[in-house]
Amino acid sequence: MGTNRPIPQSLPKIATGIQGFDELSHGGLPRSRISLLKGGPGSGKTVFALQSLVNAARERGESGIFVAFEESPRQIIANAGGFDWDLPTLVKNKLFFMDANLSPDIVQSGEFDLRGLLAMLKAKKEEIGARWIVFDGVDVLLTLLQNPKSEMREIYRMRAWLAENELDGAILTAKIDGAGSQIANYGFLQFMVDCVIGFEQRLECGVSLHRVQILKYRGSPFAKGEYPVSFGPGGMEIVPPEPTEIKQVASGERVSVGFDRLDTMLGGGLFRGSSTLITGVPGTSKTTLSGKFAEAACRRGERTLFVSFDEGPERIVRNLMSVGIQLRPYLKSGLLRMYSGRTESVAAEDHLVTLKTLISEHQPRCMVIDPLSAIAKAGGLAAARSVANRFIYTAKDQKITVVVTAINEGNEPETESTDLQISTIADTWIHLSYLIRGGERNRALTIIKSRGTAHSNQVRELTLSDAGPMLADVYTAGGEVLMGTLRWEKEDEERARRLERRTEIDQKRVSLELAEADTRARIKVLEHDLERQRIELAAYSSDDQARIVSSSDREKVLRRIRSADPAGSAGNGGTASVATHRGSNGSAKFGKKNRTESRDGP
Amino acid sequence: MARKKTSRAASDTAASTVVVMVLYVTESGPNSARAIANLEAICEEHLKDRYRLEIIDVLEYPRRALADGIVVTPSLAKVSPSPAATVVGNLSDKIEVLRALGIRG
Repeated sequence: MGTNRPIPQSLPKIATGIQGFDELSHGGLPRSRISLLKGGPGSGKTVFALQSLVNAARERGESGIFVAFEESPRQIIANAGGFDWDLPTLVKNKLFFMDANLSPDIVQSGEFDLRGLLAMLKAKKEEIGARWIVFDGVDVLLTLLQNPKSEMREIYRMRAWLAENELDGAILTAKIDGAGSQIANYGFLQFMVDCVIGFEQRLECGVSLHRVQILKYRGSPFAKGEYPVSFGPGGMEIVPPEPTEIKQVASGERVSVGFDRLDTMLGGGLFRGSSTLITGVPGTSKTTLSGKFAEAACRRGERTLFVSFDEGPERIVRNLMSVGIQLRPYLKSGLLRMYSGRTESVAAEDHLVTLKTLISEHQPRCMVIDPLSAIAKAGGLAAARSVANRFIYTAKDQKITVVVTAINEGNEPETESTDLQISTIADTWIHLSYLIRGGERNRALTIIKSRGTAHSNQVRELTLSDAGPMLADVYTAGGEVLMGTLRWEKEDEERARRLERRTEIDQKRVSLELAEADTRARIKVLEHDLERQRIELAAYSSDDQARIVSSSDREKVLRRIRSADPAGSAGNGGTASVATHRGSNGSAKFGKKNRTESRDGP
Repeated sequence: MARKKTSRAASDTAASTVVVMVLYVTESGPNSARAIANLEAICEEHLKDRYRLEIIDVLEYPRRALADGIVVTPSLAKVSPSPAATVVGNLSDKIEVLRALGIRG
């Protein structure tokens, strides 16, 4: 209850050098304490223990002893041959393997103990100056004791020995599957050690998945939970949780995807270091598009990595050549590296290790994985998703521009997302689909998203030819993009219609001109008529005037001759006659005319 | 079956040949003390003068034991006549020991 208690010193640890584990355990295994690795057969205990030993020897020059109770050292060394540890060399000068295999031919008669073994190991430890010791398969030995009391006694003996001999690292491995164990004192064993790490291998969809979990770590914090384990050329690798902070720097540089039209649709190309997802059902030219991207990258002189989970490199190169994409020269020059992998019965985690190895070997600036969705084949969708995510983050961290393809089974825009759910983390998402209309399948390209880019929202037709993939002119009709034959038809139709319209216009113009000429002609005729009528009228008026003048002259003459009536009586008679005519014809004009005619008559 | 057969074959020669054995012990341990006592009793009873026994204290000669491929103590190794055989434990199970040594009980 002291007020000024010193802050407890963090537990001294010793790094295992196993990627991921030292992060999970905040520094490695407890120094000068015993760690127990437990798990079923083939769960990775031995690899973990041996790799710790190898790392200590290679990185710090520390010697170690490996006591093999279960397998013979020869077997263990042979098994580790797949890793680039150069074990045979280490065995010569740094690592000592003790064959502690009790052969089945050995007859057991009564109790035995580990005094002799520990005495031998002490001698060896002093001889080579070992800092590490591994007891591999301690359960095999303890089971032979056939007596819980003896087991406990020997466990104590080992602990005392380890404490006395001041080794930096001491690892026991025991084949303990889940809760069950053949060792009676399994619980005691767990209690006695300071650190317990559980290994598990389970089968998911026909693929074995490895997991590791720190179950106990006295006096130290540690990452809780199960973590995926993968095996690569460097040995075991544990995938630590993703750093919560994303620290990639966004690049403003644009990288061409290989053809102008798509670049334009993407607002100038893909951003350097971005990730692009191309989805589509089989046959929609995902590989062609990614091949074009790879070719463009090589043309710019950028190191490129093409990973296929579909076909061998030769076949891809040949197929792409048929659509005008030339990868062979770059493959020859070494600028392009192609890798084809199988996906069946390979755990997704192992793919990640392969990809990381390829990246560190080739140092690409651009990379294609076709199709990335294939890793989901290898069992465990959750694992595959996590691997896909981690791969994309890894690529981003290294500023590699990545194009990955994914097969999706549906053809609905709403279900374009893939099983791997890469679409959410990809920066650009291009979807290829078939549009069936007018009895044809045509490839359609849509950019569903492109972060930080004003991209085209139009669906385009993707056509393939010897010259490579092309995006055809869009034909929108009635709000629909027309493709293939329909597009051709539409184009033809449009052309025909234009022609027709032009002819029509020409005809109309001609006929209008004719009509105009006709009208003009008629106007002329009418004008002539008018003129003639005017003349006629004028002539008629003067004639009438002359007649009126002449008749009044005649009346005057008559009156003068007769010397009877005054001039007014003749006018009255005329008025009465007008009224009569109006009643019968209804027209003053004709009446007047009639009157004049009737007057004319006599 | 195989073991029985070889035992019989070995027992045929047992009457004339000397059995050479090495017993690896840790002198201070109770199992080792018991093993020495048990083995001496068996030899006295079944082999009389036809045996040669070397007792090695692993605490004293760990390298020798290591070289001989010993894992636990006590361990009894029959060197000759062939076939070679190893018995681990304090040799309290006399029948097992006799069988391993090729001596008919």
